[in-house]
Amino acid sequence: MNSEKIPGLYIHIPFCLSKCLYCDFYSSTSISAVPDFLNGLFKEMEMYLNQFNPFDTVYIGGGTPSLLSSKQLENILIKARKNFDLISDAEITIEANPADLNRSFLESIREIGINRINIGVQSFDEKALNFLGRRHSVRQAFSSVEASRKAGFKNMGLDLIYGIPGQDMESWRDTLKQALVFSPEHLSCYQLTLEAKTPLGIRHRKGEFSVPVEALQLEYFTKTSELLEDAGYIHYEVSNFARGHEHTSRHNQKYWDHSPFLGLGPSAHSFQGNQRWWNRRSLDRYLAAVHEGKRPVEDTEILTMEQLRLEALYLGLRTKKGIALEDFKTRYHFDLFAEKKEILTKLVEEGLISIRGDQLVPTQSGFALADRLSLI
Amino acid sequence: MKNIRNFSIIAHIDHGKSTLADRLIQYTGMVNERNFKNQILDNMDIERERGITIKSQAICLPYQTRDGEEYILNLIDTPGHVDFSYEVSRSLASCEGVLLLIDAGQGVQAQTIANLYLAMENNLEIIPVINKIDLPTADVDRVNEQIDSELGLDPFGSLKCSAKEGIGIEEIFEAIVKRIPSPKGDPEGPLAALIFDAQYDPFRGTIIHCRVFDGTVKPGDFIRLMSNQATYKVEEVGRFLLAREKRDRISAGEVGYIFAGVKTVSDVHIGDTLTLDDRPCDKPLPGFKEFKPVVFSSIYPIAPEDYEDLAVALEKYKLNDAAFVYQKDSSIALGQGFRCGFLGLLHLEIVQERVEREYDLSIILSVPSVRYRFTLKDGSIIFVDNPAHYPDSLSIEKGEEPYIRAMLLFPERYLGSVMKLCMEKRGENSRLGYLGPGRVELSYEMPLADVIYDFYDRFKSVTQGYGSFDYEVLDYRESTLVLVDILVNGEKVDALSQIVHRDQARPRALRACERLKEEIPRQMFKIAIQGAIGGEIISRTTISPFRKDVTAKCYGGDITRKRKLLEKQKKGKKRMKTIGSVSIPQSAFLAVLKSDTDN
Repeated sequence: MNSEKIPGLYIHIPFCLSKCLYCDFYSSTSISAVPDFLNGLFKEMEMYLNQFNPFDTVYIGGGTPSLLSSKQLENILIKARKNFDLISDAEITIEANPADLNRSFLESIREIGINRINIGVQSFDEKALNFLGRRHSVRQAFSSVEASRKAGFKNMGLDLIYGIPGQDMESWRDTLKQALVFSPEHLSCYQLTLEAKTPLGIRHRKGEFSVPVEALQLEYFTKTSELLEDAGYIHYEVSNFARGHEHTSRHNQKYWDHSPFLGLGPSAHSFQGNQRWWNRRSLDRYLAAVHEGKRPVEDTEILTMEQLRLEALYLGLRTKKGIALEDFKTRYHFDLFAEKKEILTKLVEEGLISIRGDQLVPTQSGFALADRLSLI
Repeated sequence: MKNIRNFSIIAHIDHGKSTLADRLIQYTGMVNERNFKNQILDNMDIERERGITIKSQAICLPYQTRDGEEYILNLIDTPGHVDFSYEVSRSLASCEGVLLLIDAGQGVQAQTIANLYLAMENNLEIIPVINKIDLPTADVDRVNEQIDSELGLDPFGSLKCSAKEGIGIEEIFEAIVKRIPSPKGDPEGPLAALIFDAQYDPFRGTIIHCRVFDGTVKPGDFIRLMSNQATYKVEEVGRFLLAREKRDRISAGEVGYIFAGVKTVSDVHIGDTLTLDDRPCDKPLPGFKEFKPVVFSSIYPIAPEDYEDLAVALEKYKLNDAAFVYQKDSSIALGQGFRCGFLGLLHLEIVQERVEREYDLSIILSVPSVRYRFTLKDGSIIFVDNPAHYPDSLSIEKGEEPYIRAMLLFPERYLGSVMKLCMEKRGENSRLGYLGPGRVELSYEMPLADVIYDFYDRFKSVTQGYGSFDYEVLDYRESTLVLVDILVNGEKVDALSQIVHRDQARPRALRACERLKEEIPRQMFKIAIQGAIGGEIISRTTISPFRKDVTAKCYGGDITRKRKLLEKQKKGKKRMKTIGSVSIPQSAFLAVLKSDTDN
């Protein structure tokens, strides 16, 4: 089904110096286990030899990949190239914490072929950083961005969070404007999500703080979009902005259009054809499997056509490109336009979507309701 | 016959009737501890959950007295809601005595009195039993005072027990034997047996539960049902132990069952008299009434393709519920369905729940209605129980609606608020009587439609649960009726229409709009809800749309999780009916008739 789509490679580095209060990704603070992990990772790569080729993106995420040395990162890429075909102009991204980024590290990782850096700035407001439990300061955020540019990163993304208790529209606007000063190629602006088992999630449930009500959430969402579009960015996905089409995240796009991807490392997810599988969410159990010569897979699901269809809808509606109706019909055996005509007409009238030729596209208001739109 | 006792337990809700029944059964040693399941007699899930008994049940308890004599005690369990008061009265008519169970902490309550009255009407021996004496809040002296002053019974005869702890159980058995009279009757006389229940058995057809007053019935006899003269050949008779126990005959004084090849329970009428075809009794036993549905509503499948399954489900359900009637129906908004008749709103909710649960169907019920009578200008008379069939208003000469007499029992201190409620419900011709110090009996003639519209809930609420209520249908009376339609985003939803008295049209329409606003979840666009008479809009509310509802992140690891969440929401949406583009949950249709007091 995805034969025409080129796969992406994701590598999960499950280490952090400290856990941020809102984060529910898997990571461990036992940094001494990095060498063991890398050995395991290399073994896991061998288990997928030639199964996804070729890749045109590599995304080293986490956790905190910038905790690794440039040598360790280099080894990862060497092993990846040894086991898989990476096309010559592959997009190779690293996620980084501002506190870890100095000029020489950045230059080294540039040299080994990493051509895109995504920096977890989150905010240019010290209070907000404290609330989130980030281990870097505003000053470090500044210097990391500047150093990245000096080290030659021409494709740089910044992650920012809004809707933080204590923050108001004015301070969020300040953070956005500050980010724009650096002209990043890419911006991800997330609304703070409180996951149940995280420290912030627990504190919120206890009523220690409140988060913006729906109307205010919408205002953040809309103002962010307006401000960044005015500055020349394309709002190409619910939370993502690019300074020109060439700067959209090639790797993340794969998640949104059902392209195949291979995820390596603890808790990483993979997708191919109609199958999705995910690795064990514990470094120890991950290593145990790998050392037994088994794939460290926790579970696999085979998606029905109906499930694929629902995913395609909600993922597609997250993107500005929207859904190509003919392609949708071919891939998911469902004629959206014919079967859902009544509700689609209503949604067009309500200004939540538009239908231009073959494309079903969410409007700005539709973006803000993308999940609900997919339930039509 | 002298060693038989037929009795029932009657009580206010939650005073421990089912627990006591369990304990009596356990005491006889018929069931071992391992197989014991609480509330043996309430064997439908829905009965255990709601804590009420819907169907009557009977069980035969063998008991040896302290002085060594063997007795057969037949316990006949009864339902506990006004919708089923006829069934209660037939069960009590099958007994010679009752245990009137009273909670030692709560004392005498509304249903204690209502049930006492039913028992008195049937001339039964009444044994007051004070339950839950182990509770710290128990106040036995106070309850005894109430037994004397409010019930007019002799408190010296009251028993004390804790059904939960098994205290005082033997004394109850001894009192049943000593104080409840043995049944009288002539085993050699012409057969007269009272049918107090009928249940469907998938292998044997209908199992008739009856109390034999005179005569004897045995396999091979030809029996006759006196109300419709239908005859059947008896295949098997027996009595109720935990399982059925076959016998060669059942005779005067006994409680038992009969299989006679009766196909459905609808062929048997509760309260009917059963006799022998070749030697019938002179006249039927007193008290027989035909079931008359008083509340009507249409049932539709949420998914149109479930229509056939719904048809099968109703057919099967009907096998076990003689009071439920239905026929085909269709709605512009909801498609193919069935128009159904019920004994009351509780009966309606029970049918809804059982059909959904036992047949795994998602259904919608239209707004319940009573049956109106219209005389048209051409002189013809039509009955309308479905607002969708409301006649053209220009063709109507006069409209009439059914009236009932409500009998209300409650402490005097609530008199003012109850009278106010009854006036609001268009009550007339009130009669007031004093039962005992501080306790009154009030009767009112009221339109039935007003009774089904939240009367019961509000009466319970204004009397703080101390009021009890029963009614009998009187006659049709002239009334100025109008049809109130509900429009959702400009589209008329016929299943939400109501026929109401003109004076109530505006408040009802407004209330309906408000209730729908509470029940219909916000959607992606604004929803306008309007109430209208003819083309005139008389009420309006709007439901504001969602504006922001999207998760911030969605990368590799989030996709499955997010899909599962959406699948769940989608499943919830499947339980709603989409009309126009608006998803309306099933609860909305019944909510229109419910009062504020539910919340």
